[in-house]
Amino acid sequence: MSKQRKAVALISGGLDSMLAAKTIMEQGVHVEGINFFTGFCVEGHTHAIRANDKAKPKRNNSLWVAEQLGMKLHIVDVIEEYKDVLINPKHGYGAHMNPCLDCKIFMVNKAKQWIVENDFDFIITGEVIGQRPMSQRKATMPIVARESGADDLLLRPLCAKNLPATLPEREGWVDREKLHNFSGRSRKPQMEMAEQFGFDEYAQPAGGCCFLTDASYSSKLVDLWKARDGDKQYDLDDVMLLKVGRHIRPEQNFKLIVAREEGEGRFLQGYKKEFITMNSTTHAGPLVLVDGSPSAEDLYLAARITARYGQGRDAEQVDVNIMSKDGSERTIQVKPFGTEEIPQAWFI
Amino acid sequence: MSRELLNARRLLCPLPVIRTQDKVKQLRVGDQLEVVCTDPGVMHDIPAWCRINGHKVLEAISSDGEYTIILEVGE
Repeated sequence: MSKQRKAVALISGGLDSMLAAKTIMEQGVHVEGINFFTGFCVEGHTHAIRANDKAKPKRNNSLWVAEQLGMKLHIVDVIEEYKDVLINPKHGYGAHMNPCLDCKIFMVNKAKQWIVENDFDFIITGEVIGQRPMSQRKATMPIVARESGADDLLLRPLCAKNLPATLPEREGWVDREKLHNFSGRSRKPQMEMAEQFGFDEYAQPAGGCCFLTDASYSSKLVDLWKARDGDKQYDLDDVMLLKVGRHIRPEQNFKLIVAREEGEGRFLQGYKKEFITMNSTTHAGPLVLVDGSPSAEDLYLAARITARYGQGRDAEQVDVNIMSKDGSERTIQVKPFGTEEIPQAWFI
Repeated sequence: MSRELLNARRLLCPLPVIRTQDKVKQLRVGDQLEVVCTDPGVMHDIPAWCRINGHKVLEAISSDGEYTIILEVGE
């Protein structure tokens, strides 16, 4: 009796990786999923933070996919290791700060390490030639296999017939004839296959939860690095704060993060010991974090902005409480900025 | 059989799941783990993670902005 082969599937939570894993499971291979948490695939976080979304928390799509397929899922924290991928991408960035090709190489490399440690035989991804402009092209397929170190242990079931046979195919662990030849950006073949497998629900767009592909988020990240004199190190709090609130930078040495609603305000409360915070005491208004090294004059300006986003925006004078990181407080009186007075260039 | 506590407050999903997964690796079959979180997403995610990995959710409690899951480690 031949040995049952074992594969690990990179599961993003999207349809393609789901179909790729299912295709191989159908051939009798034992498949388990692996999902890497870089800190940037944070689709559910806005739901967890924002008050209006709390009642309907977003499911984790990779867990959902694993449950639909009846397979185990290993979620791996790669936040620290991923920094080097983001800061020094060998193959550069996509349209924004997304280092998609380096990211894929990194994840396949991590999967390769995982199969060695866990005695699995090969790796599956949901890649399709031509599906993504940067990381899923004919030319990039061998780059990912080679630079990840996975080489011919990397099987792409959805487009395998368009690629040279990998070890699992040559050794007969999987039947190449039952693999697929998808290519291009069309989603039609995937949707047809989903229907055949009885998957009537799946994440849309496929796996697209990475905030680094978002223009607004990328601008804030670049601004953060620039404000730190080009030091590109970051931590998870930086990653989180870039997606919370309205970010306003009047000067290079400081910026404001203004809560946009109650849930964001509660979330920012958790950072009171790490930032100077402001809020109006005479009118209802948002909690504001002040990041950087503001002068007394800067704080006065920040207080005027804080007042502008509260109910006292039309008042002649608003009291604004300023709390230092050590908990000491003082109140100043300011005239709120007018609606049109804050230069657009300050908004990140 | 032991019972351990995991503080996953202020962590947003999937970090509470990852911390749970890492803690469970250190436990034995039949041990219990109480995970206390502030992200409501754990009420979906930790039970889903338990189902696919063969662990049993004994209780899932929501109270005063905290979400507590008590699970029993399976095979």
